[in-house]
Amino acid sequence: MFTFLIKSAFLNAWRHRLRAVLTVTGLVVAILAFGLLKTIVSAWYAGADAASDARLIMRSSVSLVFSLPISYKDRIRQVDGVDAVSWANWFGGVYLDERNFFPQFAVSNGYLDQYPEFLISEAEKKAWLVDRRGGVAGRKLANRYGWKVGDVIPIKGTIFSGNWSFVLRAIYDGREANTDENQFYFHWDYLNESMKKVSPRRADRAGVFIITIDKPENAAAISGVIDAEFRNSLAETLTETEKAFQLGFVAMTEAIVVAIEIVSYVVILIIMAVMANTMAMAARERVSEYATLKALGFLPSYIATLIVLESLLLCAVGAAIGVALTYPLAEVFGSFFESFLPVFNVADTTPWLQLLSAVMIALIAALIPAVRSARVRIVDGLRSIG
Amino acid sequence: MSSRIPFSYIWRNLVTRKLTTLLTAGGMALVVFVYATVLMLEAGLEQTLVATGSADNVTVIRKGSQTEVQSAVDRTQAAIIESNRHVASGRDGSKLIAKEQVVLISLNKRGTVKPGNVVIRGTSSVGLTLRPQVQLSQGRMFRPGSAEVIAGRAIAERFHGAGVGETLRFGQREWLVVGVFDAGKTGFNSEIWADGELMMQSFRRPVFSAATFKLAESHQFDALVKELEADPRLTVEAKRETQFYADQSRVMAMFISYLGVTLSVIFSLGAVIGAMITMYAAVASRVGEVGTLRAIGFNRRAVMLAFLVESLLLSLLGGVVGLLLASGMQFFTISTMNWQTFSELAFSFSLTPGIVAKALVFSLVMGLLGGFLPAARAARLNIVDALRAG
Amino acid sequence: MAAVSLQSVSKCYYRGGHPIPVLADITFDVQRGDFLALMGPSGSGKSTLLNLIAGIDRPSAGQILVDGVDIAKLSERELARWRAGHVGFIFQFYNLMPVLTAFENVELPLMLTKLSRRERRQHAETALAMVGLSDRITHYPSELSGGQQQRVAIARALVTDPSLIVADEPTGDLDKVSATEVLSLLDQLNCELGKTIIMVTHDVRAAEVAHAMLHLDKGELFALESNGNTRSLKAENA
Repeated sequence: MFTFLIKSAFLNAWRHRLRAVLTVTGLVVAILAFGLLKTIVSAWYAGADAASDARLIMRSSVSLVFSLPISYKDRIRQVDGVDAVSWANWFGGVYLDERNFFPQFAVSNGYLDQYPEFLISEAEKKAWLVDRRGGVAGRKLANRYGWKVGDVIPIKGTIFSGNWSFVLRAIYDGREANTDENQFYFHWDYLNESMKKVSPRRADRAGVFIITIDKPENAAAISGVIDAEFRNSLAETLTETEKAFQLGFVAMTEAIVVAIEIVSYVVILIIMAVMANTMAMAARERVSEYATLKALGFLPSYIATLIVLESLLLCAVGAAIGVALTYPLAEVFGSFFESFLPVFNVADTTPWLQLLSAVMIALIAALIPAVRSARVRIVDGLRSIG
Repeated sequence: MSSRIPFSYIWRNLVTRKLTTLLTAGGMALVVFVYATVLMLEAGLEQTLVATGSADNVTVIRKGSQTEVQSAVDRTQAAIIESNRHVASGRDGSKLIAKEQVVLISLNKRGTVKPGNVVIRGTSSVGLTLRPQVQLSQGRMFRPGSAEVIAGRAIAERFHGAGVGETLRFGQREWLVVGVFDAGKTGFNSEIWADGELMMQSFRRPVFSAATFKLAESHQFDALVKELEADPRLTVEAKRETQFYADQSRVMAMFISYLGVTLSVIFSLGAVIGAMITMYAAVASRVGEVGTLRAIGFNRRAVMLAFLVESLLLSLLGGVVGLLLASGMQFFTISTMNWQTFSELAFSFSLTPGIVAKALVFSLVMGLLGGFLPAARAARLNIVDALRAG
Repeated sequence: MAAVSLQSVSKCYYRGGHPIPVLADITFDVQRGDFLALMGPSGSGKSTLLNLIAGIDRPSAGQILVDGVDIAKLSERELARWRAGHVGFIFQFYNLMPVLTAFENVELPLMLTKLSRRERRQHAETALAMVGLSDRITHYPSELSGGQQQRVAIARALVTDPSLIVADEPTGDLDKVSATEVLSLLDQLNCELGKTIIMVTHDVRAAEVAHAMLHLDKGELFALESNGNTRSLKAENA
């Protein structure tokens, strides 16, 4: 009986070939759009997801825009549980054109060691350490502009004005799928030398300190100790886990992320309307057939099941194609948005959400037509000329 | 000969199939809603930026700095600029130039523990004079040299400690909020203003971030820029205040625009497909009527037009409903961080006549695309076959 | 001049590339004011012949002169215009627009003319009065009985005052009483208004109202003699 049901549902759906194809196409578009939007949202949180629990970020408690004295590094190192300390300054320069945005940091020598997820060959790392004008770039970044080790990278400063040029000495690869390969690093010492000459007031300052601790469980405690150390000094500090730090950024643009989430559900609503329309039309056309079936002795639940199955079938095909296409499309999209969203991967939960949406669409769309058709009175149905 | 199938035939067919009409128009309404909302967001953003600042004012920052926060203009350079003949003078003879300190601090939003970056502008009474769109709505202006501040409306509403009578702590000092100002739709609403000299002391920054002044004669802008560039003592760039603020949200505006257009195009595919399904069904169910109309003497074009108009009506209905929904968004404001300046920016959705027109055209285009093939099919029907099938 | 004159008219259909002949070399005349019944077994091509005369189908060969105009030679656009002014249609299933009222249905063919709204209204009301439905003009087809719907259809066929009226099984879907009403109406149109009527029918009653009967069998036309014999028209005109 069940295979008969399935076959009937399939044949019924296929009877109106054009309509079936159009409906499935609409479903594919909707499921695809849904998947992409969800991927954009997860890309927004990618930085926070990739963050390590064993790294703390310390910055000025007033605002990220204020720097901290470099002398703090020794006092941080002395705190119990601190394994390593490095520092970084956001450079924010312009490479050739304002549209070529990527993060640039002036970092201390120990910085790369604190990021084991950046894979660099020993030779290249050594070359960078030796060259005071040396730069390190992520693989995605280097590929985007066709950089090779040895190339000179000219960057115009905005916060630290002037025309700077660096020599690319190393390219790092990300160890995980969600490691950011879009970053550019150079020596803090090189920046500091220049500041001492040009603008001494701004020399010997760090933007943030990166602190690696022994055990992630101690993060809150160690953060408290560090901040207490610097309370009531000229530059008070705020220390938090890297994850919290990244989430702070996300929270600031929360409105946009929320909007995108909402829109992703709007697209589901749109296709639900289309699907409901299709099922309603299909059911209306076959009123006399359903009446005949009932006259023959089939139960109303059979009729309802037929319609629901037909709806599920269409949605299943649409969802399958939509999910399959999400991955290649995400790749294409990701390459467009690379500078804004350096990590653009389809999350594991996304295909399940897509399938769940498809099932929901199928059921809701079929609900009213199924109930109505199951309830049709035999005599009325037989009389209508379909 | 008009040779057109009566309008009552067209629209009554839509009314007869209520459920189908509602569902199809509903899908379209949602698409138009998203489209119009994105456009309204862009317009709201632009309004906030463009309104921020006057075209007669010029803002000067350090060359290459892009934003006030990143920039530094020392006292010497500020004095040189002040002495320039193009800087307007007030009635009392003093120059209408505001040398300002702009700093970002982190404040907590009301009701949550989420922080936001807020701009504190260290200025003076001249700063208020230069910006007539800023009006005190509560309390009074801060006294020069005192630890008092006035807060923009958006900040006073959204952030802890920013209302009249409350205190804020920054720069190792407590500051009392003595007034709230309303700057219309401009970005100034997201700022707190304090006394410039006191701020410089508190933050130990003896330089200004930027200088804003009124042009003596608005058309002298280009001459002014030439003079500033030619002066070897200055490393600054000058922009009209309006242009300055517009540039600051270019990235954000672009992102919204790209995302919005992409989304709308994708969604419109869904709606067009919905319209196609509906119209194909409409044609299929009225094959006999088409045959009769052709037999009576209506030609193929009349038939095609009738179904196209039906599709356009359907989509217009969806467009109007979508616009109505979108216009409701005008009650909401968005508050987010501007990526370029790193500071809090509050703006709202703005419905302009241009957007209404664009949204309606968009819905009509969807109706046209969705209805075209089905209408063509209706037109291509052979009279005899159609009569027989009907 | 004959109202309708067919000269060696043939019609072939193509099914999957194979030609299926339906009408073979038909030649006959219909005079003005004739009331003709076309009869024959199912599939004999009588509806096809009617369609050709009405201008909604084209012959594979031959001439069809209606009031002197060879409609087989007209372009599709010209044919549409011709139909609007010269032919009135009556179908078995009435073929009214369900979303238009009786009045609007009757007014429909007038939309193809240059008449003003007031003039259209007058013509439509007159036509409806002629079929005795003046009190129902705002009703929708779904609110009318089969017989009433057919009368609306007849009013629609009349409203442009065509010289030729074609009817395809006009009583096929009607009960005895309504059928009689409709047939007497057709008779009235023929006698009082002088309309030429060509009617395809299975109904012997209907055939009796007509003046003459033609029989189609396997694509050939026969005339019915008063003594009951059939006479091939083909042989006559050969």
